[in-house]
Amino acid sequence: MTVRLPLWIRQTRTIAALAAVLAAGCSGNQSGLNPHGPIARSIANHTWWMLGMCVVVYVLVMIALFIALARRRRESDDSRETSARLTRNVSIAVGFAIIVLIVIAASSVVAGRGVYSPSGAGAVTVDVVGHQWWWDFQYHDVTPSDVFTSPNELHIPVGVPVVIKAMSTDVIHSFWVPNLMGKRDLIPGVVTNTWIQADEPGVYRGQCAEFCGHQHAHMALNVVAEPMDKFQAWLRHQREPAIEPATDEERRGRDVFMHSTCVTCHAIRGTDAGAHVGPELTHVSSRLTLAAGTLPNARGHLAGWIANSQSIKPGNRMPPNAFTPEDFQALLAYVRSLR
Amino acid sequence: MVWTLLLASCACTFTAACEREVRPFQDLAVASARTQTPVLSPLFPGAKPLPAANESPFQNNAYGTAEGKRLFEQFNCSGCHSHGGGGMGPALMDDTWTYGSEPANIFASIVEGRPNGMPAWRNKISDQQVWEVVAYIQSMSGQESIDVLPSRSDHMRYSTPENARRAETPVQTHTP
Repeated sequence: MTVRLPLWIRQTRTIAALAAVLAAGCSGNQSGLNPHGPIARSIANHTWWMLGMCVVVYVLVMIALFIALARRRRESDDSRETSARLTRNVSIAVGFAIIVLIVIAASSVVAGRGVYSPSGAGAVTVDVVGHQWWWDFQYHDVTPSDVFTSPNELHIPVGVPVVIKAMSTDVIHSFWVPNLMGKRDLIPGVVTNTWIQADEPGVYRGQCAEFCGHQHAHMALNVVAEPMDKFQAWLRHQREPAIEPATDEERRGRDVFMHSTCVTCHAIRGTDAGAHVGPELTHVSSRLTLAAGTLPNARGHLAGWIANSQSIKPGNRMPPNAFTPEDFQALLAYVRSLR
Repeated sequence: MVWTLLLASCACTFTAACEREVRPFQDLAVASARTQTPVLSPLFPGAKPLPAANESPFQNNAYGTAEGKRLFEQFNCSGCHSHGGGGMGPALMDDTWTYGSEPANIFASIVEGRPNGMPAWRNKISDQQVWEVVAYIQSMSGQESIDVLPSRSDHMRYSTPENARRAETPVQTHTP
């Protein structure tokens, strides 16, 4: 005779796999359950408190339900006794509900304070500008010539708050870096303020969190958190104009850039290119990704992107471009040299 | 029976609306390849030829018209033509078409430039984007069907939306 095991034992492997999938959400990049900054930690703590209270309520309700099912109503019960018991049980339930409410409200207040009060004066102020479908980060400075933009890549120093002024040029976007902070909507015509802070160095992926059109899903960004000295070095480098092309091929590539469709939309500081329809390219090859987190930043991906970006990210605002092979290779060499 | 017919006609109306928003992303590479070879001499035997296709890929296309409207601002067309009312450059929302109102005429005006100030945008704007701007310029005076005309503007200066203007009958003042 075979013993039929209970369902949950027979399905151990499936359950383990499901649990592993769920647990994977707690670690890794772009997860609010893996906080690396004070705002994200406040939100995560609040989440766990709420989850904990929900579990307690659920378990108690289930216990009460099973007790009610198991216990038969006694024959001798008279109505007065029943009514007294009812009053007592309802009082206990209401009292408990009030306790749950107070705990969750307190947790919410603590989380709100964590989210809305920066842990100190802002080290840097950055404008976050949403475009369809990329991000522009403009670094404030008292010297106008030191103001620069860093498309799709936000560098921040570790351990200090960075002030963020969020705005949009077209539709509503939402700036969201789950490991560091909650969502902040970018609204056309309105500037909203928030802050961000990372406690450990690392690259944190962010994502637009408000549906904003055809390529919403490919509107990602990287937050690079670095120690203060490395961050300052990065700032100094980004403020520099683009480096002069070193080889003949790169010089030819620059000519191609300046006399073709590229120059109508893109800016390269230190050259005649000054349009701000598309992202600035002064130090484009120093970035981690191309096309707002869509592609790794490599020569082959860049070539495919320039030739026909519509096959990679359909609907994006960059038109396909036709160059002669020699011009195209020279252009690639030049753009790759913009470090 | 009456209800079935009514429902069927409603369904037809809805499916007709699907045509309006066709976005030909994958065809754009083909639409971009024509003006990229420079013209070596401005001399042509006989009358000046029109660009190969007289039909804009974005003719009566709501998406192309809307993109053209965005580019009209971003490429600073409004710097001379204002938002269609004209300034340094001629008005684009009236019935006067100095160099012709056909899509190919407008395309040529943008790509080749025109005397007295209109710069040539050859090789500076891809053909696809030129066609989008052409579609928008046509929409300014109601030369496209009403369902693709833009209904609002993102700039602060208020003017009557394109789909609320009177459609003009084109008058050509010059023979190109």
